Amino acid sequence: MSLMAGSRPEGTRSPAAVEEPVAAVTAAAAKERVPRKAGRVSRASRAGKVPWRIRLRRDRTLILMTLPVIVLLLVFNYIPLLGNVVAFQDYDPYVSSNGVTAIFHSPWIGVEQFSRLADDPLFWSAAKNTIVLFVLQLVLFFPIPIALALLINSVIRPRVRAVAQAIMYLPHFFSWVLVVTVFQQIFGGAGIIAQTLENHGWSGFDLMTNASLFKYLVTAQAVWKDAGWGIIVFLAALAAVSTDLYEAAAMDGAGRWRRMWHVTLPALRPVIALLLVLRVGDALSVGFEQFLLQRDAVGVGASEVLDTYVWNMGIQNGDFSYAAAVGLVKGVIGVCLVLGANKFAHLLGEQGVYQK
Amino acid sequence: MSLNTQLVRSLRAPARPVWEEEPGRTGLTAKGGLLALCCLGVLGPLWIVIVTSLSPKPVIDRVGGLVVIPQGITFVNYTELLSGGQVSRAIMVSVGVTFAGTLFSMAVSVLAAYGLSRPGSLGHRFFLMTMMATMFFGAGLIPTYLLVQSLGLTDTYLSLILPSAVSVFNILVLRAFFMGISPELTESARIDGAGDLRILLTIIMPLSRAVLAVISLFYAVGYWSAWFNASIYLTDQQMMPLQNVLIQLVQKNTEAPTGLQQAVRTGQLSALGLQMAVMVLALIPVAIASPFVQRHFKKGMLTGAVKG
Repeated sequence: MSLMAGSRPEGTRSPAAVEEPVAAVTAAAAKERVPRKAGRVSRASRAGKVPWRIRLRRDRTLILMTLPVIVLLLVFNYIPLLGNVVAFQDYDPYVSSNGVTAIFHSPWIGVEQFSRLADDPLFWSAAKNTIVLFVLQLVLFFPIPIALALLINSVIRPRVRAVAQAIMYLPHFFSWVLVVTVFQQIFGGAGIIAQTLENHGWSGFDLMTNASLFKYLVTAQAVWKDAGWGIIVFLAALAAVSTDLYEAAAMDGAGRWRRMWHVTLPALRPVIALLLVLRVGDALSVGFEQFLLQRDAVGVGASEVLDTYVWNMGIQNGDFSYAAAVGLVKGVIGVCLVLGANKFAHLLGEQGVYQK
Repeated sequence: MSLNTQLVRSLRAPARPVWEEEPGRTGLTAKGGLLALCCLGVLGPLWIVIVTSLSPKPVIDRVGGLVVIPQGITFVNYTELLSGGQVSRAIMVSVGVTFAGTLFSMAVSVLAAYGLSRPGSLGHRFFLMTMMATMFFGAGLIPTYLLVQSLGLTDTYLSLILPSAVSVFNILVLRAFFMGISPELTESARIDGAGDLRILLTIIMPLSRAVLAVISLFYAVGYWSAWFNASIYLTDQQMMPLQNVLIQLVQKNTEAPTGLQQAVRTGQLSALGLQMAVMVLALIPVAIASPFVQRHFKKGMLTGAVKG
């Protein structure tokens, strides 16, 4: 098991401990497994020898404090995880008075739901949409916050920086309902563009119901909403880069662009790798709410992704077993993607989300 | 460059390091232009929404829809929406759920973060792993839905709070911050006879006001923006929060909020103006929260994160 900076040769990689919040927090938690440094070690190492009865009496308040969250997670995360067994059943919520006890009364049918899924053109269409949208978002969305962070970082006046950041960060807090509605007011059939065109004699402009351009529209929405958040993360990483490196590079004759290429971008590498891992790990969730909200306007063919398909089959049509099977397939592939992406990051010598 | 101009320049802007090139005129213009364009892309649509919501009906009719340049101002849309009826009730619901939910989430999160802040305590690693594992898998929509239903939470406001009450990420941030607080402080309090709850309330929490504020706002924004749980767990239209009412108004093309439809039909109010006013009402709280979160975001997150 390696800690982030220790295993690397000094100075070849990130010059400063560039840590993105997510990485730092998870890394901090993972670090507990390593013997702690002197000074704080006393309590931890002594604890190993103290009998558990005494530790229980000593720590009972701490345990009691932790319990509410553990109970909530058990009830709303772990028990539903077990509930995925309905994917192997012909589940009928009405065979019993209670939806959960109905599981014990529903017939088991093995992997029938999964073979149904393999022959379901709607499922494959949803899967295709999901992958296309993921790739599109990766290619079009991912570089934008990096570029904008570099742009803002190159501005020296603090007031300009602060104002630009604050404005671009604002939409991150808007709900998808608001974001979609804002886009509707701009690009929709009654939006400001259609309205202007109509006043000049062109009618029929409506981007919100255009199925073939829908994938670019949702990517634009994602950029509008979340680019500001990415900017903040990258700016935090940029602030950690030592100015000495820039100065040394400038002394050696590196111009503005070469400094960016040889100092700034290598410093951002761990953060970029981490966000890429997170993105790839989350590849099959391209934005559930966003698509659900625009389903009616643009039609199912263009807007159905795996998550909305689960919603449609399960919640709308009541075909719980089949929907759970789709969700299970998506979930299993998702976990594999997280592990795979992280493995890949480790192979490249990056830290990833968690340590080896 | 003479010393004098350099002095004047340094008064206007913070000093550029001597080794850095002076930016050219084109570079500066391009940079400024690009930044201005980005900011316009965010603020422009919001401007149109706000102006339209404040425009009198004749103006909206004359322009044929959304208003870009303000011509006359009226608050009639807001007074109508806020004087009882569907939207007023939805706002009350949203405020109530946000307030109760944030309070509940913060209470359990702070307790858990403190409970896990002492490595070596009994069950520490097990609890931590139990929590962190949930960051890597989702239980899936269908089983969660079935569970919430069979717990009898449907058509109660608890269904909007309990299933999404815990954010493990927020707890880890809080925990990292608590662990960064000097152990001498808590140890001395312990020697003076303070229990864990008392240490948490009188030492830890006052020392972490900034991070507590940021995490509260994260939770609050989450509750305020949530609509999906309400759409599947609530069937009673009277109980719907503001975001769901907004969906009904704008997405489903309902003319106007119930109660105001008569006024729209007779031409007293503009349906579009009303819709825009609902939007503004939905975005005011987050727009107020955003700069505050941003100011503390880096500080709170990074100081919290660096100290393991």
